[in-house]
Amino acid sequence: MERMQQVVGQARAAFNSGRCRSLEFRLQQLKALERMVQEKEKEILAAIKADLHKCEPNAYNHEILGVLGELALAIDKLPSWAAPQPVKKNLLTMRDEAYICPEPLGVVLIIGAWNYPFVLVMHPLIGAIAAGNAVVVKPSEISENTAQLVADLLPQYLDRELYPVVTGGVSETTALLTQRFDHILYTGNSTVGKIVMAAAAKHLTPVTLELGGKSPCYIDKDCDLAVACRRITWGKYMNCGQTCIAPDYILCDPSIQSKVVENIKATLQEFYGEDVKSSPDYERIINKRHFKRIVGLLEGQKIAHGGQTDEASCFIAPTILTDVSPESKVMEEEIFGPVLPILTVKSVDEAIEFINRREKPLALYVFSNDKKLIRRVISETSSGGVTANDVFMHALVPDLPFGGVGNSGMGAYHGKYSFETFSHHRACLIKDLKMEVVHKLRYPPGSQKKVDW
Amino acid sequence: NPYAGLVSHLRAVWLSGKTRPMEYRVAQLEALGRFLDEKKQEILEATGSDMGKVRGGWVLATFSGLCVPLCLGLASSWVQVWGSGGLLVGDPYGVVLIIAPWNYPIHLFLVPLIGAIAAGNCVVIKPSETTKNTERLVAEMLTCYLDNDCFAVVTAGAQETTRLLENKFDYIFFTGTPSVGRIIMTAAAKHLTPVTLELGGKNPCYVSDTCDVQNVARRVAWGRFFNAGQTCIAPDYVLCSLEMQEKLMPALREAITEFFGSNPRESPDFGRIVGDKQFRRIRALLCSGRVAIGGQTDEKERYIAPTVLADVLPSDPAMQEEIFGPILPIVVVANMDEAIDFINARPRPLAVYAFSCDSKVVNQVLERTSSGGFCGNDTLMHVTLTSLPFGGIGNSGLGKYHGKFTFDTFSHHRGCLHRNMGLEALNALRYPPYTQQKLGLLTATFEIKRKGMCTLL
Repeated sequence: MERMQQVVGQARAAFNSGRCRSLEFRLQQLKALERMVQEKEKEILAAIKADLHKCEPNAYNHEILGVLGELALAIDKLPSWAAPQPVKKNLLTMRDEAYICPEPLGVVLIIGAWNYPFVLVMHPLIGAIAAGNAVVVKPSEISENTAQLVADLLPQYLDRELYPVVTGGVSETTALLTQRFDHILYTGNSTVGKIVMAAAAKHLTPVTLELGGKSPCYIDKDCDLAVACRRITWGKYMNCGQTCIAPDYILCDPSIQSKVVENIKATLQEFYGEDVKSSPDYERIINKRHFKRIVGLLEGQKIAHGGQTDEASCFIAPTILTDVSPESKVMEEEIFGPVLPILTVKSVDEAIEFINRREKPLALYVFSNDKKLIRRVISETSSGGVTANDVFMHALVPDLPFGGVGNSGMGAYHGKYSFETFSHHRACLIKDLKMEVVHKLRYPPGSQKKVDW
Repeated sequence: NPYAGLVSHLRAVWLSGKTRPMEYRVAQLEALGRFLDEKKQEILEATGSDMGKVRGGWVLATFSGLCVPLCLGLASSWVQVWGSGGLLVGDPYGVVLIIAPWNYPIHLFLVPLIGAIAAGNCVVIKPSETTKNTERLVAEMLTCYLDNDCFAVVTAGAQETTRLLENKFDYIFFTGTPSVGRIIMTAAAKHLTPVTLELGGKNPCYVSDTCDVQNVARRVAWGRFFNAGQTCIAPDYVLCSLEMQEKLMPALREAITEFFGSNPRESPDFGRIVGDKQFRRIRALLCSGRVAIGGQTDEKERYIAPTVLADVLPSDPAMQEEIFGPILPIVVVANMDEAIDFINARPRPLAVYAFSCDSKVVNQVLERTSSGGFCGNDTLMHVTLTSLPFGGIGNSGLGKYHGKFTFDTFSHHRGCLHRNMGLEALNALRYPPYTQQKLGLLTATFEIKRKGMCTLL
């Protein structure tokens, strides 16, 4: 507790010194981060491999590429993002200066997750630094190699007082959450999300919660099934299913269920070969606890493909379940693993009703050649984001905010939205001390004449 | 759970999609406009009995005119445009709760309500139980104009509100004090409900030595004594030099007389304190510094004269809490730097005011402090410009509204991307197996098309 008080206190003192306000300083820190990612690429990839059994190309793609892109964007756009934005004036303010001034919030806390351990700390960090804040970084202890690496690397490149890294588990995080922050961005599950928000409420701290849920994937009869299944397979089994926006389950007409299974099987063969376990491109479950949890979901299910597991290496083969019942365990929680249940629905109405009976998901996917149908599914449901005819891609568009709604979260970030999340938009009106006659109308004594005017 | 039935009914109607069509929302907003028009007299009477009869008609008059054009403007920004690129859609949250305070009892539920309806939500409105006449009016009459299927008014005291908050809402919009704000956010956390909290604090008002004293006095007095000081953005206290305090005193006296006459108690433009509890709380603050202007009170009428306190110390009662009454303490500081340090040593307020003929001084105060909003050389006016967001920071609140920001507050911004089923060959690079060759191609393409990440992958 004392240690946390000290770390946060030091960050606050450093923020109050004012040195992170200048754009030059922020750009300098962002460029240092860029150097860090470039110079320490090997170490970063090695840490991710140790944590998730992720091959280098995948780790580079998922974690480094995105970070470099985000850094380039922030470095390029910071001057325009941070500039005061003049606003439209009305008759009463015509002669005045009116603008919105983006300002730093102060000391912000970023709590990372283990599934994409590097990018989920770096992405928010970039936005927080760009917005001029001090940042306390708390990487997930479950991806312990990446957490240690972040703790080692950041102080080598960034201002040590302004951007401290705190490592540790539940008790350290709990202690950290008793401190006052000016914003908390948390990535993780809904249960802990509630705990974070309740802790934040004590200090009236705004929060961004990037949570999860069961992201549904509706496949219409009228679509190119081979293409749809290839894209779904890619998204579902990437990172061994441990992606917050992975298509969690499929809804489709019973008449195409077996075709869907065939197509996914064929794609899996294409991607990972005959023996998935020996493919260098297939990851592992993060730890034994999650391994056991996911294996438990297979109980009593009709396994159409896969199902092989190996506890020693936390390996679970890409698995497909068919004719899944909505009441089964696998449909109660976010799977976060390489298990894909298929549920049959007789119409798009049934699919929409099914989706709406459940908590709002982080992502929603719909595959169809029928644009009207797609539009309908989107307008009659709610979700963090949507990709039609593909998976994930809405999260990769730099101009779109990335965040959840309802149980899947609140707030958003990525690109400019990261900057805005970590800024306060201060309304500024600067008037003249002269021109007093214009103001006489609003002063008492009042009269009907004044009201009518 | 006494409100469970109401909330689940609203949620069922919400899921049926009734509030989604543009025509529906416009019709409801037009009905709201008619309510303001047709019931203008009743509204003025109710708020008059609650807050003291004041010629406040002009505030209300602006609303009926605002309603429909505002909503139509907001509505058009919701329209989806389909293309091959990503697009941002404003989705309603569902069933939202608006909890209004007593100081501007109509205004402070109406403005959020307009945004909530325009954004397509079902709404539960909980007007303040402190302003009983307005509460009754809203409960009885609003429901005659709005669709009762989708919009409900709940009258509730503190205990019932606690019960109300046990239900899951999809958004909560609260205006009130920081301590209740904490309670609201804690309750919201149980359901992961996003919130906007419009709270308060002590809004400092720095007056530099170089200024037009009479104009300053008028603008500060106007902001302070409007609604008998019961305004969240009122200048709470003045910071200035000893010399300026001397100069301000006669100027303030003159402004007060100009506004309210020689006996403000008889002015139809000066309000009363809303309740006995609040009256006693504010009266107790009078023993701070010395009473330089005003200071008279009448408990029966809940009248407190427009009052200015001089030589107030940071340790005085008037400096321990948000005043929310017609008392203006002046705290003497040596210079601008001391004023800025004073402001920064305290919780961040809803507004900071700075008066100076020297624009550099105004800019210094702006740059070196933090607050919800800022107004140079005037008070209150920054919230009348609806292109500016209105909200607090830290203890003074989180979130913002007014104008389009209200619509945005009550919508979830959903990123939607519509991809083509064709051109699958382009996706080959992203699929395993990841040969060294593929990775080389990938990196090369990335370097060339840094910004086109979407097309690359």
